[in-house]
Amino acid sequence: MVNVKIQGLTPIAKGVRLDVLEMIRAAGSGHPGGSFSAVEILVELYWKIMRIRPDEPDWEDRDRFILSKGHACPALYSVLARRGYFDPAELLTLRKFNSRLQGHPDMSKLPGLDASTGSLGQGLSLACGISHGIRLNSRDSRVYCLLGDGELQEGNIWEAAMTASHYDLKHLTVIVDRNRVQLDGHVSDVMEIEPLVDKWLAFGWDVIVADGHSFISLEKAFEHCSETEFPSVIIANTVKGKGVSFMENTCIWHGKCPDEKEYEAAIEEIQGGLS
Amino acid sequence: MKNLRPTREGYVEGILHAGRENDRVVVIEGDVSRSIGSASFGEEFPERFFNLGVSEQDMLGEAAGLALEGFIPFVGTYGVFVAGRAWDQIRTSICYMNLNVKIAGAHGGVSVGPDGATHQALEDVAIMRVLPNMHVLVPADANQTRAAVLTSMNTAGPVYIRFGRNPVPQIYPVDSSVEIGKGHLLEDGSDITLVACGAMVSLALTAREILSKQGISAGVIDMVSVKPLDRKLLIEQAEKTGAVVVAEDHQAIGGLFGAVTETLAPEHPVPVAIVAVGDSFGTSGTPAEVREEYKLTAVTIVSKAVKLLE
Repeated sequence: MVNVKIQGLTPIAKGVRLDVLEMIRAAGSGHPGGSFSAVEILVELYWKIMRIRPDEPDWEDRDRFILSKGHACPALYSVLARRGYFDPAELLTLRKFNSRLQGHPDMSKLPGLDASTGSLGQGLSLACGISHGIRLNSRDSRVYCLLGDGELQEGNIWEAAMTASHYDLKHLTVIVDRNRVQLDGHVSDVMEIEPLVDKWLAFGWDVIVADGHSFISLEKAFEHCSETEFPSVIIANTVKGKGVSFMENTCIWHGKCPDEKEYEAAIEEIQGGLS
Repeated sequence: MKNLRPTREGYVEGILHAGRENDRVVVIEGDVSRSIGSASFGEEFPERFFNLGVSEQDMLGEAAGLALEGFIPFVGTYGVFVAGRAWDQIRTSICYMNLNVKIAGAHGGVSVGPDGATHQALEDVAIMRVLPNMHVLVPADANQTRAAVLTSMNTAGPVYIRFGRNPVPQIYPVDSSVEIGKGHLLEDGSDITLVACGAMVSLALTAREILSKQGISAGVIDMVSVKPLDRKLLIEQAEKTGAVVVAEDHQAIGGLFGAVTETLAPEHPVPVAIVAVGDSFGTSGTPAEVREEYKLTAVTIVSKAVKLLE
């Protein structure tokens, strides 16, 4: 049963990747690598996990989502549009003058965003504060926060990690997009963040490792997080640039727009590919 | 001598009053709640009090999150750290979203005294003032600090309230009020206008008395609202008197002096002198010794005024 439901998500993920490519191509700039690595995580959240009402974006009992790695917003914008928050035709205005789809998310412009983000390292504190607020307001919403792995080099993340466990924010789930590549190179070469599981455990979190491109794996991980008594983190192992072979596992495509030839090749690969 | 009270006591009275009046008020602390005195808020409202330890960046982000859920967070710690360490959090996670977060910067200026340069906030007003959507209040005594807290509670958007550690003379009655964008003309004058904020207001009043004995009529403006500045009052008094001395316990660069000269220079230029810290760090000593060393005194205000009028 689970498999049948999940199979429906694969074409959605493919559509999101095509959107991201088109959007970045139209914009002339953007971040394909970290957008592609986060696609399945976002699709799983917005189609399976989160309690949301796209026609009522400010519904007070909704689950909240904070894209702390704000540069992956092309993928989030595509997901929000395909989920019904706004017209997908608007996607091609990404990064353009007067667009609601700013280079990094601006909640004051676009419906469906729970925070404005873009300066790395700040999203988890926002998510903790929102979690505190939800508890004070006696709501049962959950809070999800997507972090990049390079972003874990920010000290602010670990301040917030302490706060979440100190205050037992068990309705908070972090997903680490563990794509192992950051702007300047491989994370382990730039500034090693391992041992990652041990770090989160030491900070008092329930840690679960998942395949960040497998809907079955992600679904099981989220299910676990909804039942734990601790703040939870899913280390989602992903591939930077997933879906386009020449963009995979390289920092070159962290923030680069494909030229015409590269664009055609990428489209063809995604359309013919598995995801 | 007038009553002396630390302005931080007014902050504590303000948040307690605010907390009783409005159950959306929450307080975020960073391990200085016993120093500032805000621990008493935690005793009265434990569920609305979050001590996050020594973690300014997290404190400001948490405050932003709570504001997103409809709360009115007051975040208090020493001004150096709350404004400096967490500046980017304030910029992106608070001001960019225009969130309802109130930031309390304690230990403003060299008047902090013995703790020395690392704990004397001298740049906080400048770096808060440049942020879009931010309001900046620098109250002069404890009662005005209390009033600034209550005003900020009812002001949409981010507010930075800067106050001091050590006792200063009481200028205002307990029921005084603070209005965003409004200064107070404490004394009228015809020869020169003294524009001060925070701990320098009482010194400006003393300077006015000395000047008066020398036959100089000085007006005194308490510019509690540094941003938005009370342009109308400033321009009116500057044009009337034709000369201005600005006094603040802050770097001369970027604070009240910056706000005053930015306002006057384009369309209403008059000579302006400055009594502030001259591009240097503070030092340890008693508040009186340190203020003397940095020439943040009534006598300096007088001499600058006299020189300007020569």
